[in-house]
Amino acid sequence: MRAAVRLAAWLYAIAVYGFIFLPVVVLILFSLQATSFPIPPFTGPSLRWYQAVLSDARLTSALVNSLLVAVLSSLACVTLGFLSAWGFARFALPGSALLRGLITLPLTVSYLIIGMGLLVLFNWAGVPKSLIAAGVGHVVINLPLCFAIIYSQMGDHQINIERAARDLGAPEWKVLLMITVPVMAPAIFAGFFLSMTFSWDEFVISFLLTRFETTLPVEIWNLLRSGLNPKTNAVGSLVFAVSIVLVVLFELTLLRRKTA
Amino acid sequence: MSAPLVDIRNVSHRFGQLAVLKNVSLAIEPGSYTILLGPSGSGKTTLLSILGGFVTPSEGKVFIRGADCTAVPPAKRPTTTVFQDYALFPHMSVGKNVGFGLRMQGVDGATRAAKAREALALVGLAASFDKKPHQLSGGQRQRVALARALVIEPAVLLLDEPLGALDLKLRRQMQDELKAIQKRVGTAFVHVTHDQEEAMALADHCVVMNDGRIEDEGPPERVYARPKTRFSATFMGESTILAGKAGEMRDGRVAVATKFGPISLPATSPVGATVALAIRPEHLILAGAKGDVALGTARVSDVVFQGSFKRVLATSARDPAFQFIAKAPAPATVQAGDTVAVSCNAQDIILLAD
Amino acid sequence: MSVAGTNGRALPWALVTPALAWTLLFFVLPFIAMGLSSLTAHEGGALTLANYSQFFTNPSYWRAMVNSLEVTATVTVISIVLAYPFAWILAEQVPERWQRLALMLAVLPFWTSYVVRSYSWLLVLAQNGVINRALTSAGLIAEPLQLANTRLATVTGFVHFFVMLLTLTIFANLKQLSPSYRKAAADLGAGPVRTFLHVVLPLTLPGIMVGAFLTVVLCIGDYITPQILGGNNELVMPQLVMMQIGRRGDFPLASALSIILMAVVTVAYLACARWLKIERA
Repeated sequence: MRAAVRLAAWLYAIAVYGFIFLPVVVLILFSLQATSFPIPPFTGPSLRWYQAVLSDARLTSALVNSLLVAVLSSLACVTLGFLSAWGFARFALPGSALLRGLITLPLTVSYLIIGMGLLVLFNWAGVPKSLIAAGVGHVVINLPLCFAIIYSQMGDHQINIERAARDLGAPEWKVLLMITVPVMAPAIFAGFFLSMTFSWDEFVISFLLTRFETTLPVEIWNLLRSGLNPKTNAVGSLVFAVSIVLVVLFELTLLRRKTA
Repeated sequence: MSAPLVDIRNVSHRFGQLAVLKNVSLAIEPGSYTILLGPSGSGKTTLLSILGGFVTPSEGKVFIRGADCTAVPPAKRPTTTVFQDYALFPHMSVGKNVGFGLRMQGVDGATRAAKAREALALVGLAASFDKKPHQLSGGQRQRVALARALVIEPAVLLLDEPLGALDLKLRRQMQDELKAIQKRVGTAFVHVTHDQEEAMALADHCVVMNDGRIEDEGPPERVYARPKTRFSATFMGESTILAGKAGEMRDGRVAVATKFGPISLPATSPVGATVALAIRPEHLILAGAKGDVALGTARVSDVVFQGSFKRVLATSARDPAFQFIAKAPAPATVQAGDTVAVSCNAQDIILLAD
Repeated sequence: MSVAGTNGRALPWALVTPALAWTLLFFVLPFIAMGLSSLTAHEGGALTLANYSQFFTNPSYWRAMVNSLEVTATVTVISIVLAYPFAWILAEQVPERWQRLALMLAVLPFWTSYVVRSYSWLLVLAQNGVINRALTSAGLIAEPLQLANTRLATVTGFVHFFVMLLTLTIFANLKQLSPSYRKAAADLGAGPVRTFLHVVLPLTLPGIMVGAFLTVVLCIGDYITPQILGGNNELVMPQLVMMQIGRRGDFPLASALSIILMAVVTVAYLACARWLKIERA
């Protein structure tokens, strides 16, 4: 009986793993296709489609744009998130709970609707579509996340550490730079990396708010119009690789915090 | 006599509607070890925060070395606080932690390191200079926090339940060390605790607090032997409390009517006042030579062996609701169910206004 | 508690104002703009409720909402049913020291790009894709099946994503359960099945609800998966919204449809929130 349950459990787990990995394996496998269609039979391995991606100026500039937008919007997110988390955690502000709720509210709204709202607003205000507009949208969706992560890590112990520094004669700006930021570094990094991955992957806001210069997901979307193409597989695999690097970095900072 | 080092005058404080300190005045002498003792919610930690500058009192003034410090921020006053959770900077080495206050004063790196080493040597942690706080045990962190606060040579060192996070054995050991360090540096220490044993072991001056007020203050021996209030008598050690009514005063003695008959003791009290008589466990006599005040017989309900002595609970034969708390020597043969004659000596009875 | 020794009230407000201003300017204000836009006519800009009444009178719009709700409900149920046993196996059957790795592997494709993930499924489900090839060469079918551009494809793409998300939340919940609950139940005579039904399942219900809520919010608002995998045969709400912007530049109608979609999500949220509170009490 027990052995039967175990066997069933293993079979089930293998089936789910299979389901989860099927599209990823197919994607990567056919990115190495030698012929022009990413469908069976497999004719590779060949790196020609990776070469095609790397020599495609539109794709490479979209990749650079994506990284720029991800890094800059995430920097803005952690800066705004950190300052506000610090303010709310350290000082009793009137209506604090309500204001904190306001900052985290965008978490419950679809990206599509946030993008729509910005599109309508920018359209009225005469702001042209651009990477900056998309970056503004990315800050809207990731700021609540950074704020929530950093705010949740600012406990009583941190408050006492800052008090001790003040008590020993540190002026406010030294407390911030020498104590608060270093102590909160793991939470700040976590917020930064999560924002990076979400911004890097974001499609609909960038799609709505950019025009000529755009981000990689939008450019991939444009590629899709030409149907199934091993080049799309290659660029998809590259994007996946970058995300994995970000996730591993994120895990490592978490682990370092645990051992410290 | 010179002015006190710290003079707290008529301080009151409220958090919203809640009054946590009610017109408290307290003087702290240079080089003294003052303990603020009380249960949680008694206002002792708030009083310490006011001394440290973390809280500005709603009313009253705080003078340190004669200067009005009531609204002076923590960094600008000659006090330093040792926090209950130590508040060591987790990203800095022990040496950097201890040198932090000097760094803020603009002391150069070499002097800083030398002074930090000196301070660490004082607390017996010279070898831990380069370690990180998380590599130290609880007791060691406590000592680093102490060194960090002492190295900038404050006039008053404030300790907020400094031993609260330690286990009992370490606690008693750190108690002895704290006292020794305080004697060596000669700085005035103000220490908050709810542990009366800690208070008795450490204090030169013991301040018993309850409900935002100072109930009693003085040398711990005096507070224990002659507590001023009923709260102080029960919080600082155990007592058997006997209700009574004061009668005529004669020859410096007052006759108190109690359920065990009139008891005459050397004290003063207005005639007709309701009073409480407190008797310390070690002053109740259960066997052997009788004391001069008889308290009837009692049935032993419980005997708890405590190592060096036995704690005896006995129910009065006259009033089953009345319980004696007594102390018997460890070898005593007393056990539950025994009937004993209880007595005490009149000079050991503490008379408290009720 | 009042904190002394700070620079009055100016500093705290200086700290929180930038984030608040950002949220007001780029989240609340756009929302108001969208609300106003939804009340204006596409041609001429006069005040009107026509955009909303269109939704209630035009059957193809209604149909899109029904499709959205049906797809979302199907995806949520299937994902929970698939993910719960999987999370349970990871938490209970996999040896402790392999668990972290097993979980990381289980959610690895989570980090592929959203667009790329849907595209990958298209490769799998296409007319001459992996599945059809495998089935025909095995002799199981004579003609390739129509798998892509169907609701089945949309649901498959969604389930793939949400199984990973739900596995994460349910796994976390199962690991949070103190083992002493199970020991206590076993000690009191409950067998493994009854322990699971009466102790483990009720205690992990909050985790399921949180995951389900996330699934509903993300699924009902997603444009990419239905667009790539479902095609244009059967529209869902986000496709309808994008269509108004893309083809016709009809911002007012797109705004009205967005607001209706958000209202539906809010109702779902309120329903879930009440449910969660009852659970906790």
